[in-house]
Amino acid sequence: MAYVTDRKRVEGLGSAKTGTEQHWTMTVTSVALLILTPFFLWIIGGLLGQPHEAVVASLSRPVPALIVGAFLVVGLHHMRLGMQVLIEDYTRGLSRKIGLIATTILCYALAAGGVVALAQIAL
Amino acid sequence: MADVNRGNRPLSPHLTIYRPQLNSITSIFVRITGNGLIVGAIAVVWWLMAAASGAAYFDMIDGLVTSVLGDIVMALSVLALWYHALGGVRHLIWDTGRALDVETSDKLGWGMIIGSVVLTALTLIAI
Repeated sequence: MAYVTDRKRVEGLGSAKTGTEQHWTMTVTSVALLILTPFFLWIIGGLLGQPHEAVVASLSRPVPALIVGAFLVVGLHHMRLGMQVLIEDYTRGLSRKIGLIATTILCYALAAGGVVALAQIAL
Repeated sequence: MADVNRGNRPLSPHLTIYRPQLNSITSIFVRITGNGLIVGAIAVVWWLMAAASGAAYFDMIDGLVTSVLGDIVMALSVLALWYHALGGVRHLIWDTGRALDVETSDKLGWGMIIGSVVLTALTLIAI
């Protein structure tokens, strides 16, 4: 065995690169989502099955639009990071890369779709 | 160098030989519910985009979302959302270094299971 210190032996190994940032982002977004979730369920739950005019009228108001938009943007960012953990735990190589790209695109596409829809409803 | 230890470290909980307990089951369900919520997210965004595109298309999608199958998907999504939220609360508590002993973790686990069912029932009654 080479005469190296413990620090030298492990430096650069493992995956400890952006894990701290990922964990902190999940912490911050989870607290934000805890605040937003009851309001989001209240708004969307109350609107499912309502006539089109009622849905448009409600989501045209700034506060419901803000809550739904914030929930979708923050929630889908949180979901992207969560799906990244799942993919990194269970897949490797090319399928890992394809999975990460596909889920990233899906989550941001859904967030963008929700925001565009809210803008169109409000205008 | 004297503390080099390559053989006597704790092993990962390999699933084939790992006895399931409340803690591991509630933990895996946090992951399953979190990732499963992509279905609810797709449904809600689709429904929003339908609302933006006009009354005729909205009526069709709203009918799908509030059909029996749609109701089941939405109710399960609400359950998944509350369960995942309570699981997140448990992680926030754990991250402060508290409640890490088995007994308290088990209590929090039962709190997640019962709490998510109660919150889902309240949500479905309230809306």
